[in-house]
Amino acid sequence: MSDNNGTFAIVGARVIDPASGVDGVRNVFVREGRVQGIEAPGPLPAGIPAIDGTGLWLVPGFIDLHVHLREPGEEHKETIATGARSAAAGGFTTVVAMPNTKPAIDNAALVRFVRRKSDEAGLCRVLPSAAITVGQKGELITEFVELAEAGAVCFTDDGKPVANAGVMRRALEYARTVDLPIMVHEEEPALSGGCMHEGDVSARLGLKGIPGAAEDVMVHRDIVLAELTGGRLHVAHISTAESVRAVREAKKRGIRVTAEATPHHFSLTHEAVEGYDTHAKMAPPLRAELDRAAVLEGLKDGTIDAIATDHAPHAVVDKELEFDRAANGIVGLETALGLTLRAVREQGLPLMRAIETLTIGPARIFGLEGGAIRTGAPADLTLIDPSAKWVFDPKNSYSKSKNSPFAGWSFEGRVVRTFVAGREVFRL
Amino acid sequence: MSAFTRRHLLGLEGLTRDEILHLLDTALAMREVLRRSVKKVPTLRGKGVVNLFFENSTRTRMSFEVAAKVLSADAYNVSASGSSAAKGESLVDTARNLDAMRPDVIVVRHSSSGAAAMVARHVRAAVVNAGDGQHEHPTQALLDALTLREALGSLENKRISIVGDVLHSRVARSNAFALKALGAHVTFCGPPTLLPTSLASMGVGITHSLETALRDADAVMMLRVQSERMDGAYLPGAREYSRVWGLGLRQLEWMRPDAVILHPGPVNRGVELAPEVADGPRSVILPQVENGVAVRMAVLYLLAGGREEERS
Repeated sequence: MSDNNGTFAIVGARVIDPASGVDGVRNVFVREGRVQGIEAPGPLPAGIPAIDGTGLWLVPGFIDLHVHLREPGEEHKETIATGARSAAAGGFTTVVAMPNTKPAIDNAALVRFVRRKSDEAGLCRVLPSAAITVGQKGELITEFVELAEAGAVCFTDDGKPVANAGVMRRALEYARTVDLPIMVHEEEPALSGGCMHEGDVSARLGLKGIPGAAEDVMVHRDIVLAELTGGRLHVAHISTAESVRAVREAKKRGIRVTAEATPHHFSLTHEAVEGYDTHAKMAPPLRAELDRAAVLEGLKDGTIDAIATDHAPHAVVDKELEFDRAANGIVGLETALGLTLRAVREQGLPLMRAIETLTIGPARIFGLEGGAIRTGAPADLTLIDPSAKWVFDPKNSYSKSKNSPFAGWSFEGRVVRTFVAGREVFRL
Repeated sequence: MSAFTRRHLLGLEGLTRDEILHLLDTALAMREVLRRSVKKVPTLRGKGVVNLFFENSTRTRMSFEVAAKVLSADAYNVSASGSSAAKGESLVDTARNLDAMRPDVIVVRHSSSGAAAMVARHVRAAVVNAGDGQHEHPTQALLDALTLREALGSLENKRISIVGDVLHSRVARSNAFALKALGAHVTFCGPPTLLPTSLASMGVGITHSLETALRDADAVMMLRVQSERMDGAYLPGAREYSRVWGLGLRQLEWMRPDAVILHPGPVNRGVELAPEVADGPRSVILPQVENGVAVRMAVLYLLAGGREEERS
């Protein structure tokens, strides 16, 4: 791919940068991989390769705090390389890889493995996260300091909750040593065991449901523990109205809690399970309309800090099963922007806020580089054609897995180019 | 002109009143054959019916087998415990392999809700759902409707109560769909742990009081409560369940004298039904079983009999 040695200009694009509040046509100059200047439209210096940005939007490269890249152990579903390619196609320049691989990433050697694989792929930045507990068994906490030194950006047992409140308390306390967030998958096991949201759809379909309460009791519990310990709590894939309300209240009281939501949780409800479509099966499940609306409201009012896809690739043999036996999760890197822009157009999510939750929002809460178009910063940039109308076909996606409920959906707006440190990592 | 032209029978949700009545009327005609001394008609001669049962069942499977044989079809029984499913073969693979042997109808019983629909997506044969997890058991509800119609006449505005572990009951769901389509009022009754309020969205009444469910009911259907529910997980035990929601001679007094009692079987004698009531004059349990064969004959006929036109 042409990258002009990381020195070029993007001319005439509408720059939307929530970190600085800029929203207008600018020329952006990149020199040796770093942003050199953001200037009002005007004559260009000679000799700089120019990319025509007329009619396009230029935004900071997206940051996804929650992706499952399946390596090591399940490389048939996805690898760090294929996941990074899918991410780049979706406009993401940084993703945080979840540690529930096989084996789980609970030691420094595996953290370094993820970083090495990311560098080898040379596409978007894949940052490792590490397990909270050894083997994600929920009993003994891992060596947070060594893991952080190896490059882990947060700790999570995602895929599973930390069921034991005592372990969770210790984790929040100990993480203060390295000042990193604890990302939690909130699902009280004793209230769970179902395969979709517990409500009138599950009643009719005869499927065991998971009540919203399974998430709510743990969110409430962990907010109390965050207050007790002064630790940093980050709620993954928030899905219920009550959880959103709890986080909103906790933030008002100054507790260090943040939250992320997936595009499917603000776009779909449990009605999508009709017909036993396993592409509508994930954890937490798609919930009722009032939960979906509350998640969207939480994104709008700042209660929810980030959109994170929870990209969860699965092979056909894991999904083409009876509903109760099918694996949980859907891919999401390449539909995230389309779904977000839908919410902007149809559900009143302001565009600047939407971009914020994909860029500086996640960067800020996790203390990551990036998420802004800033002079001197690495040129992690995404160019979007806002008027491109396209239909999503999983067969054409870059992920190894095709498990998405959005096959055949029409979107307006898509990524045309993605740059990491001024190097082009995706071109439509 | 048949009012029932569907390719499969996966459930009763969404079936119209006319479709259900057509199935019941066809079953009545079939029952007449069952009562002859020579129980054989050539209607489905040369057709193959596979009973693909992943869950144990004696009565339903035998009922389908009798139905197929009376109609002269060839019936084959596949039980998953002794089959490749134990070797880890997926449901889709099992279905496709069987379908490659060109049966005309595959009757499926499976412990996962949605399993019959999944099989139907992958085979050429017609599929009959003989019970998928907790979702539906359409032929059971049809035989219940037939039995009720015989006892009560038209089901329009009749009051039917279904008592027991409704949460886990595919019989309750299928009955709710069918009876509502036929204009009846359905009430579910049971302990709160087995009767979530979200079920009201199905358009049924909900009560936790057996007395309320029994008074004014034209018919009462008692459901079996499985032992695993009674071990303290959902209920404190069989003793309390039986005392509060069981139908014994004392509770019979709450019922109208002309009301009838149904049960899909097998009965946990002494738990949900006292033996005297199960064997008593208001019980229509045995007619249900006979009607079951007739209904299954009707279903096999309507799904397999008319397919000649499609194949040629």
